[in-house]
Amino acid sequence: MTILVDQNTRVLCQGMTGWAGTYHAYRMIQYGTNVVAGVTPGKGGKPHLDVPVFNSVKEAIAETKANASCVFVPPVHAASAMIEAIEAELPLAVVVTERVPVLDMVRVRDALRGSKTRLVGPNSQGVLAPEICQIGVMATDRSKRGGIGVASRSASLTSEIVAQLTGRGLGQSTTVGIGGDAVHGIGFKDCLELFFADPETQGVVLIGEIGGTEEESAAEYLRKSGLKKPVVALVAGKYAPPARRMGHAGTLTMQASGNADAKMAKLKDAGVVIAASAHLVGETMSDLLAKRAA
Amino acid sequence: MDLHEFKAKRLLAGYGIMSPDGRVAVTADEAAGAAKELGGAVYVKAQIHAGDRAMSGGVKKAESPVEARKIAHQLLGSKLVTPQTGPAGHAVKRVLIESAVRAQKEIYLAMMIDALDAAIVVLGGKGGSGIEDRAAGGAKLESLHLGLKGEQKAGDIADFCKRLGVTGAEAEKLTATVNNMHRAFIELDASLIEINPLVFNEKGEPVALDAKIVLDDNALFRHPDLAGLREEDEIDEVELKAQQHQINFMRMDGDIGVVVNGAGLGLATLDMLRAAGGEPANFMDIRTTAKSLDIAQGIGLVLDNPKVKVILVNVYGGGMQPCDTIIEGLGIAFRRKGRVLPLVLRVTGNNEDIARVRIESFGLPKTLSPDMWQAATRAVAIAQGKAR
Repeated sequence: MTILVDQNTRVLCQGMTGWAGTYHAYRMIQYGTNVVAGVTPGKGGKPHLDVPVFNSVKEAIAETKANASCVFVPPVHAASAMIEAIEAELPLAVVVTERVPVLDMVRVRDALRGSKTRLVGPNSQGVLAPEICQIGVMATDRSKRGGIGVASRSASLTSEIVAQLTGRGLGQSTTVGIGGDAVHGIGFKDCLELFFADPETQGVVLIGEIGGTEEESAAEYLRKSGLKKPVVALVAGKYAPPARRMGHAGTLTMQASGNADAKMAKLKDAGVVIAASAHLVGETMSDLLAKRAA
Repeated sequence: MDLHEFKAKRLLAGYGIMSPDGRVAVTADEAAGAAKELGGAVYVKAQIHAGDRAMSGGVKKAESPVEARKIAHQLLGSKLVTPQTGPAGHAVKRVLIESAVRAQKEIYLAMMIDALDAAIVVLGGKGGSGIEDRAAGGAKLESLHLGLKGEQKAGDIADFCKRLGVTGAEAEKLTATVNNMHRAFIELDASLIEINPLVFNEKGEPVALDAKIVLDDNALFRHPDLAGLREEDEIDEVELKAQQHQINFMRMDGDIGVVVNGAGLGLATLDMLRAAGGEPANFMDIRTTAKSLDIAQGIGLVLDNPKVKVILVNVYGGGMQPCDTIIEGLGIAFRRKGRVLPLVLRVTGNNEDIARVRIESFGLPKTLSPDMWQAATRAVAIAQGKAR
């Protein structure tokens, strides 16, 4: 099985009539995703890519029974688009838009509290259930259906690691880009919960990097609730150039949970197998599964 | 976007947060004039985008205009090195001349985003200066979580003040300062406002002796007025040029030029080069929005670096940016710069076949590798003179 999306997923694209929206909605349709509607305020009524376009998310849901959104709306209106999806009670919103102001995301997170929506992103490459459903902008050529769940903070590394997995005969149940922004929707912990509950997923790969607290939260969750399936993690950025320092003690407290070594140590403590390098993730997972089978 | 102290203080003044009377000077004469105008003892403060200035000689007290002139003369045009600037230091182009304030009590006060809780967090500490060392030594900072409308989400402002040793009328004024900071934070789209130290003067009024504001670059479209506050002359010009061409670029000290699309892949490439014993010359993340001419500009910056002995290209072509777009940019950059350098390429993904054909036409010494670790080790061997 898959997580977040499946063969019953009916996708509406917010911002489909723009340049990026058109291109990626087309790719998604080509991939076989059931794209049922586009939403662009003021452009309702005129079909685009042979898909009906509506003025609002609510209208699109009423007419097409859409149950997921892919958001391509530019930064200026991205937060409003996300909040519109949340208020329309869409179960899933995947946000590709990059460079959303951080205070706008605080507003979106306020709207998410107690809502029925799972938000993925922003600045996410999307969610891919290989051969079933693509919501987003990721490369799809090397992905294959199978039993590895992938949750990632980096689009480029996801493509790379998916290729490694497929190369070793390990297809993917679902790949999820949680996005590269500080304030975002679902995190590693949520993905782990979903992958652990999914019978098709046999192992999980986490693709992390320096900064933020996603890796720490995942480690804490795994330490408390236990590893229900093998988990391999990569933390990129051990040798990153020191970022220009933001401020003083504030940066210190933020940096306390941020460097690659500390993140790897915490994940390892929680039972996660750390891939020694980005080129070894596929091999590490393959060895781990073989060892468990033996 | 980082704002200089004097600009941060001007903005905060608009929100009712007081600073000592001050003037900006770009020459020693102006500094002396400002000191005379202000009267009494003043501080001469170098305006650079880095902290720890006081301990590094960037903030000095002057008892007279003559002394202010002397200090400004030393500072202006010099390179100030602080623990936060790196060994090269930052050029001092402006000094702020400020009336000395007799501080009765000082605290550290900062406001930023708590990403995990998606809330605004206020941090406070007893005693302002030297807070970095005390925090590193495990000293605890007090915190308070606020929502977008200023509502308290965790912690209590009265308790926050008390824990900072601020009580009575001063606690009321500190509460007002926190509220004003919050308003500034929201209206300016800040990602950090830091007042260090905030002191209470003889009248019990809070005064910001030093202030720092970082604005959210992603929100500058809402603030055309604030975008104009950027000092283009003080940003690394190479990195700025890369930014203008949709490329995140950071200079490093090594001899292996790095061309990568994607931040995560970029970080992983640096990790592999270091693990293989090499030293990267730069970090590069070509954004998916970059076109081949942008990419040519970015790669040109790598070729401009005389230390670079070899170029490692690690590209995964995705849906938005196929391999051939990047290779086209690479070809244009080499043609423009006329430099001959060995290339190690690992190019895979969308349109890799077209990219391969194009690489053949460059006439440069090259190694094509299907695996990024092989490519990294090869680049290191070339940089170390063990391979060609």
